[in-house]
Parts: sequence; C-alpha cells; structure tokens
Amino acid sequence: MPLYHTDDQTMLRDTARSFIADAAPVKHLRQLRDTHDRTGFSRDLWKQFAEMGFTGILVPETQGGLGLGHVEASIVLEEIGRNLTPSPFLTTAVTAVEALKTSATLGAEWLPKIASGNAIVALAIEESAKHRPDRIALTAERSGNGFKLTGTKNFVINGHVADMLIVAARTAGAVGEPDGITLFAVPKDAAGLSANPVLLADSSLASHVRLDGVQVDADAVLGDVDGGWGPLTKLLDAGRVGAAAEMLGVGGAALDATVDYLKTRKQFGRLIGEFQALQHRAAHLYGEMQVARATVLKAAQLLDAEYPRAEIAVAVAKAKTGRACALAVQEGVQMHGGIGMTDEYDIGLYMKRDRALEEFFGDARFHADRVARLNGY
Amino acid sequence: MPETQEALETFRIETRAWLEANCPAEMREPVRDETDACWGGRNFVFKSPAQKQWLDIMAGRGWTVPDWPKQYGGGGLTPEQTKILRQEMATLHCRAPLSSFGIWMLGPALLKFGTEEQKVHYLNQIARGEIRWCQGYSEPGSGSDLVSLATFGEDKGDHWVVNGQKIWTSYADKADWIFCLVRTDKTDKYRGISFLLFDMTTPGVSTKPILLISGSSPFCETFFDNVVVPKDQIVGELNRGWDVAKYLLGHEREMISGGGLGTDMMSIGAQFKDVAADEPVLRAEMANFDVEVMAFRAMSEKFVDEMKAGKNHPAEPNMMKYIGTELNKKRFELIMAAGGSDALEWDSEASGGGVKARSWLRTKGNSIEGGTSEIMLGVVAKRILELPGA
Repeated sequence: MPLYHTDDQTMLRDTARSFIADAAPVKHLRQLRDTHDRTGFSRDLWKQFAEMGFTGILVPETQGGLGLGHVEASIVLEEIGRNLTPSPFLTTAVTAVEALKTSATLGAEWLPKIASGNAIVALAIEESAKHRPDRIALTAERSGNGFKLTGTKNFVINGHVADMLIVAARTAGAVGEPDGITLFAVPKDAAGLSANPVLLADSSLASHVRLDGVQVDADAVLGDVDGGWGPLTKLLDAGRVGAAAEMLGVGGAALDATVDYLKTRKQFGRLIGEFQALQHRAAHLYGEMQVARATVLKAAQLLDAEYPRAEIAVAVAKAKTGRACALAVQEGVQMHGGIGMTDEYDIGLYMKRDRALEEFFGDARFHADRVARLNGY
Repeated sequence: MPETQEALETFRIETRAWLEANCPAEMREPVRDETDACWGGRNFVFKSPAQKQWLDIMAGRGWTVPDWPKQYGGGGLTPEQTKILRQEMATLHCRAPLSSFGIWMLGPALLKFGTEEQKVHYLNQIARGEIRWCQGYSEPGSGSDLVSLATFGEDKGDHWVVNGQKIWTSYADKADWIFCLVRTDKTDKYRGISFLLFDMTTPGVSTKPILLISGSSPFCETFFDNVVVPKDQIVGELNRGWDVAKYLLGHEREMISGGGLGTDMMSIGAQFKDVAADEPVLRAEMANFDVEVMAFRAMSEKFVDEMKAGKNHPAEPNMMKYIGTELNKKRFELIMAAGGSDALEWDSEASGGGVKARSWLRTKGNSIEGGTSEIMLGVVAKRILELPGA
C-alpha cells in the first residue's frame, strides 16, 4: 500500500477540513473556556459529528458506522487538532470503539449508540501521573455473578459526562505485571462510582474517578478475565496513533501560523522571514513535521492491515510526533516573540494542547523506551 | 494498470521463493562499508565468486534496476512490484547486487533526458554493472555554488575540446566514465552549461586522490587537458545541462539521505546491548535515535511512493538530504560513544583497520557533499515555505 492518502481519503480530509474549520474553529474553544462550560465540549457539535458519520468512522457498517480504518480516523483527528476542537472523538470514537469490538454483546449494545452520537465513553486506565498501563492496582474481586471494583483512577478524559467507562482493573497478578488485568464496561450510573472533573491547562476537563465497591455483572467484561492486556494494548495503540494524528494538526497549525508570521512581521526594516537564522529553524521544523506525518500514516496503515508488529510503528509515531509537535509549538511561541505570550493570540493555546496530548497514552520518552525494548535492549 | 492485491501477493510469494533459491548465503550479510559492496566496472575485482554470481543472476533478471524498462536492461516492474522486491530483499537480508552512481544518479537522468540511442547503449551497460561512473560537478572554488563552474568545452564542430579541473570526484581513480558539467557558453551563468559523458581513458584526463581525515581517499581531483568529447555524448540540450544536473541532484540527495540507513542496518542499541544495559543515559540516546531512524525510514518510503506518483514538491529531496545526512552523522557519533576505546583503534585487526573510526570521520562529509545542510535548509525555506528574500 503506498504511503499517501487514496482519493477517497483525500476527499474525506477535504470534507473534514472545511466542516471542522467552519463549525469549531479556535474561537469555539475560547467560548467554552470563557463561559466556564463544565461539559468540556459542545453536545450540538457532537451530534453534527454523528450526522457527518465521524463518530462511527471505525464502527462496522452493520452497527451503523462507516466501517473505515485508523487512517480515516487520523484524518478527522488531524483537523480536530488543527482547530483545537474540544471533542470526545479520540476517547469515544477511537479507543472505546476499539475496545468494544472485542465483545459481541457489549459491542451490539454500545457501538450503534456511539455511531449515532448518543453515547460518550471514557477510559479509566491511568492511576499515576505518568502513563504506566501495567501498574494497575484498582481491584476487581469476584462477587456473586460478577465483580466488585474498588480503587481510583485519574486523567479520565470526559469521565464526568460519559455514559459508560471502560475500566482497567486487576483480577490477578501483581502491580507491574501485564497478566491479571481485566477490562470492564461500567455504566456511569453504577452505584459507588463518582467522577470529579478537574480543569487542565489546555482548558479540557479530566476526572479523578473513584470506584467504591462498584458491582458489575460478569458480562461487563471486555475480552477475557485476567487477559485484558491484549485488548488494552490494542485500544491504547489505537489511542496513541489517534493522539499522534491530533498532534499533527496541532503542530501543523503552529507551523503554518509561524511561517505566516515570518512573512508579515517586520523588524529592523525587514520582514523577519528574510533572516537566515529564522529561515533555517523554520525549514528544520518543517522537515520534522513531514517526518512525523509519515510515521502517523505508516502506523495507521499497519494497524488497519492488522500487521502483527504494528506496535513498534505506533511507538515510533507517538514518540516522533510528540517531539516534532513540541518543537513546533515552542518555536511558534519563540518566533512570534512577545505576542506569542499573550492570551489573545492562539499560538499559546496550541502549546497547551500539545502538552496535554503528549501525556495521553505515553509521552515521547515512554515510547522511545518501548522502541528500545522492542529492538531487544 | 495497477495489479490486483491477489496478483501482488502471488508476486511476493514467487519473489521470496526465487530470492531464497538464488541469493548466495554470503550475500545475505550486511555490507560492512563501501569497500565491501559490489561496484562493477571494467577493473572491478570481485571480493568473492558469490558476489559475481549474485550480480550476474540479478542483472540477468533485470533486477539490478527492477523498475527500468526491459529494453534498457531493467526488470520492467511496476512501482508496487519494485517495492515488494525491496521488502523481500530486506526481509531475507539480501545485499544490493550492485552499488552504482550509474543506477542512482545518471540512469534516472538518461531515462528522462537521453536520446533513444543513448538509453539503449548506456543504460544496458549500467544495469549489467559493466561501466563504473563518477560525477564531475564540483570545482575548486565552486562547491555548493555550482553555477559558478569554469571548466570549458570549446565547440570544434563535431566535437568539444574540454579544459579545466574538477574536485571531489568520488572514485574518479576507479571510474570508467564520467558524467560532467561543462561550460559551453561563457555569456550565460545558468544557461551556458552542458551535461557531457566521456571515457576516463580519453587522452588528457588525469586524476589524483585526495586524502581525507578518515585516512582514505574516496575523492579525487580530476584534470582535463584538451580532452576531445564527441558531440553525441551530450545529454539533454546544449547549454541546458543545468536541467539535467538539477534532476540528477534530486536523485543524488535521495541516495545520500538514505546513506547508512538501509533496512539491514541494525539498531545501535541492539548491537551494543551490554553497553546499553550499563549506561542508562546512552541507552536513552540510542532509543531516541532508533525512533528517529524508523521515523526517517517511514518518511523515505513515503517520499519514494509519492515520487512515483508524481506527488512530491520538487524541493522535497533537499529536505530529505538534510534530515538523512544529519541523522547519519548522529548514528556514527553514537557508534563511537558505544564503542568507547575499542572504536578508537585505527589499525588493529580487531577493529577491521579502524572501520568504525574511519566511517565516523567519513560521515562528516555527508552534510557537505551534494549541497551543504545550510544550502538544503535555505532551499526548503525559500521554495517550500516561500519565505521572503531569495
């Protein structure tokens, strides 16, 4: 498969680009932020996403979706990133869909609801401040016909507004071991579940979630009991490529804004874009972003092809894109000078969003370490 | 016509089986350095019977240049088939049967600008590895600023008489023929240069190796003293050699950018596992480097795929050259760090005659030759980002 978009994918990109830029440009984020909105996104917009087919992009056609792949999801996410659009797309339409495909009954219940825009699903995976998916301590004890879940989770994006949470719990083994983890689908209204949303630096909301002896049935299990590591890795890898794709949009918009600025801002009687020092930094940044773009497409294609060793490409994509986009937003602020430090100017918002995306599903260091391990050292 | 997935899968299976049956075991080990590769040419001494056998059998199938047309010695494969062949060769660790400036640089330019006679004559020889080529571009005082070159070809009716000097001609002392930029009109800086081919044994051609900091001399100074070049040895139009050269430089940059990053290059961390285990900071640098290398490989794949579909920005090879060469320098800095004092040894048997140290030093030229990194960044800034002040 050639490493560029097909004609259909290019059409999808054009559609997504104009729709999202129209419906939810950066001022949409500013409005939510400035009105202290506590949902974190616009439900009207989410309905429009459903009408466009975006929410069901990865949902099979038999369950009301478009039955497309990660390449297509990445295309939508890049536009989300470019416009800093607050949306449950990554958690609900990408990671949750990936997890729900592992269970026929839960999939039949939830996938059509996601496709139609009628369900928000959140991931309750993280327990520490850094991404450590093997360090799951929240316990699920056998109880009656099902399990009783006890513990806490943090960094649960959309946790306070989700209709269902996918919770990673430990049913066996010790903290730090991949074996013994089980994934559960826990309805939001389950007794003993609470979510306390916290505003983050990028104006998004993430919850501290508490499960206080939450009782679930045996059919709430996604995948196999004690065998959750497989589906967990699968949903995380989907999320990692998705987060990288969103970062491409964030970094790409920062690069574009910076290059435009270099062409219009005058200092010492000259356009600052004439200065070779800045030209070379901009050209370097452009190259880094192009490389990042290739890694995301490569990883998405390999996930879609169900290539057995896609995980290393996913790690490369998240690590490389993380570095390139961090460079894009940091160079963006620096080259904008004082105006780049003002709240009025958008470049700072891009820097904040990049920082949040960097922490989703493992930062560049986590994934470089993963690459080293996969390469045998 | 694009093939069906099924036909491509069949091609993959057949190709793998053929490679397994035909690629000698010795040719399935990574190339240690440039001298270990097969360069072909009149005077080439094969390192082993297997090396010659591998060249002959691949050339016989047209697979030294799989995507060239069959009438020019190629395999006539489609871009998809070519990609599959390269993937399968990488999977089985098959070496390239032939390393050749003719394949990487001159061939694509001849395919685009050559006459039918030139294509049939030269391309077949290149595909079979019969002629080893060198490139005559740079001149003293005219490095990345190529349009200032001064070697002059005087029009004598049915031939030119060429006088001047070239520098940094890679392997000029080993090459059979040279492709050369020669000024044929002194009144126009850009439109006064022609692209000539001639035999290095022509009277008046002499070469002298230049010793580098690596202690070896892949480069030469090359002198032309009343060299007679027949008129049918021009490629492209008279005085429009710059068009050919620019096209070819794109391919050269693509080649240099891939330098040392071939698919059979092992991860440095995997090569130095014990060091990685003992040195956490070095391990982290190796891990970051692996990310960079694999990311650049994805970019290279994308670049080639897009090039075949005519989708690249024409200045993108400059970006690739910049990133690839800087990465290759970083690779050898890490190899030296991981090797420690062992890697410093210059003439011991254990160090293979200082192959690490010499290769490390050699890579420092990567970001100078074929246009410096600074030139590349300037081209990207102006032609892709369209920043002001050309």
